[in-house]
Amino acid sequence: MAKVDAITGWRNLEIGCAITEPGSSRKLKTGDWRSQRPVTDYDKCIKCGLCWIYCPDMVYSPTRDGYFKWNGDYCKGCGICAHECPKDAITMIMEGE
Amino acid sequence: MPKKVGIEVSLAVSEAVCAADVDVIPAYPVTPQTHIVEHLSELVADGELDAEFMPVESEHSAMSACIGAAAVGARTFTATSAPGLALMHEIVFIAPSLRTPIVMVIANRALSGPISIWNDHSDIMAQRDCGWIQTFAENGQEVFDLIIHAFRVAEDPEVLLPMIVNMDGFTLSHVIEPIELLSASEVSQYLKPFEPQLVLDPKNPVTMGPVGVPELYTEARQQAESVLNGSKKVIVRAWKEFAKLYGRSYKPIETYRTEGAEVVLMTMGSVTETAMTAVDRMREKGIEVGLMRFRLWRPFPHEEFRRAVRGIKALAVVDRAISFGAQGGPVCSKVKSALYGAPYQPQVFGFISGLGGRDITVEMFKQMVKKAIRYAKKGEGPVYELIGVRER
Ligand code: SF4
Ligand code: SF4
Repeated sequence: MAKVDAITGWRNLEIGCAITEPGSSRKLKTGDWRSQRPVTDYDKCIKCGLCWIYCPDMVYSPTRDGYFKWNGDYCKGCGICAHECPKDAITMIMEGE
Repeated sequence: MPKKVGIEVSLAVSEAVCAADVDVIPAYPVTPQTHIVEHLSELVADGELDAEFMPVESEHSAMSACIGAAAVGARTFTATSAPGLALMHEIVFIAPSLRTPIVMVIANRALSGPISIWNDHSDIMAQRDCGWIQTFAENGQEVFDLIIHAFRVAEDPEVLLPMIVNMDGFTLSHVIEPIELLSASEVSQYLKPFEPQLVLDPKNPVTMGPVGVPELYTEARQQAESVLNGSKKVIVRAWKEFAKLYGRSYKPIETYRTEGAEVVLMTMGSVTETAMTAVDRMREKGIEVGLMRFRLWRPFPHEEFRRAVRGIKALAVVDRAISFGAQGGPVCSKVKSALYGAPYQPQVFGFISGLGGRDITVEMFKQMVKKAIRYAKKGEGPVYELIGVRER
C-alpha cells in the first residue's frame, strides 16, 4: 500500500475532494510497489539526459556535475529509462538483491 | 404580472433556462433529444440568450462538457431522455462527486427493449443512486417552476450538487399547456448570479477529480452523501421563497383528499392528475380514498413521508418502472424501507403500471384502489402486481 501523508477525516476534505495545493502529489510516495529498480553505471553514462526526459514519473534530476540522480520514492520500475539509454548504462535489477 | 401562454412544455423548459440566464448548454442535438435544446439553440442563435451552445457528439460528451463548464463557474444546463441518459451514465456519477451544480431536465421515457420511445420512469430509476437531487413535476407550470428552483438549490453554497428535474416524456414534453412564464428580470429576484466556491483557473490552480485512493474514497463518498441529505432544508427553503415571490407553493410531498382515507394512492409525475380524477369519482361514491405524490425523490423526504402517512390504513403505490428481480417497483421498495421501524406503519401494496407509454386510466386507478381495500381487509396481498397486463 502506498504511503499517504494526506490522510484526513471527511469533514476536512475540500469541496468535491479537490486538491487546492499545487504539487501535493509529491507527498504520495508511490515507489514502494516496484519489483525492479534501475541502477546507472556512471562509467558508461554520457550525460545525454534521455533517462531524465523519458522517465514518466520524473524520477531523475540533473546533478551539478551533469549526471542524473535517481529518486526511489517515485520510481515504479517500468524500465523505460534502461530501454532508452543509448549506452546501456542502466541495468534493471530485482528489488531485494 | 407574468402572463399565461399556451406553449409546448419542452419550449417552456427552454424559456425557463433562458430566464435563468444560463451560460453554457452542452447537449446532444439529435434523438432522443426533445425540442428543449432545439429551441435553446434558436434562442442563442437569435441573440436572445447570451450563452455558449455546444452541440456535442454524444450524451457522454454532453455531461463531460457540462462538468467542465460548471467547473469554471458557468451556469450550466442540459437535457436528455432514456437512451441518452443511459449513455451518460458513467459521467452522471462524476458530477455530484465533483460538486458541479448542473441542472438537467429529463423527459422520462422507457428504456429498450423492445425498442420504445414512450413514457415511463425506467430511465431515471436506472440513475436513482447517482447522487443528484431529483424532483418530479406533475404539469407544465411545475416543470417551469422546478427548473428555476433547481438552479437556486444546486448553486447554493451549502449544496453545490447537480439537480435533475423529471417530466414525463410526451405526456408533458410534447403537450401544449397554459403556463405562466417568468421573465429574466422576474427570475433575477430569486436567482442571484452563480458564485462558485472553487473554480478551474490557471492563475490559481486546483485539481478537480483526482484519484481517490482506498484511504480517502470512503471519506469522499461520505461528503457526497451528507451534502445530498443535508440539501433537503435548502430545497424546502427555496420553495418557500419561491412561493413568497411568485405565489405558487411546493412541498416535498403533496397530498390530495387524504383526510380519513382508508387507502391512499401514491404516484409521481403527470399521472397524478388522472389519479385525482379517479379519487374525486370514488369519493363521490363514498369510497374513502386519497392521493399522495412525491415531488422530491432524492434526497428521499423520510420525515415528511412518515408524517404524511399517519392515520392512513393502506397505501397503493404506483410504480412506472420495474426493478427486475426485486419483485416490486423502486418507489414501492423505497416506501416500504422508509416505513421499517416507523412508529406508524400503514399496509403497503405495490402496483406497476403505465410502462412504455401505456396510459393509466381512471378505471385502472379505481382497480388498484379496490384491490388495495380488499387486500387491506384480508391483511395481505401479493408482493406486487402489474396492472393492465393482458394474459392472453
Ligand atoms: S524504471 Fe521507469 S519509473 Fe523508474 S526511473 Fe526508470 S523510467 Fe523512471
Ligand atoms: S540515458 Fe543513459 S547515457 Fe543518457 S544520461 Fe541517462 S544513463 Fe546517461
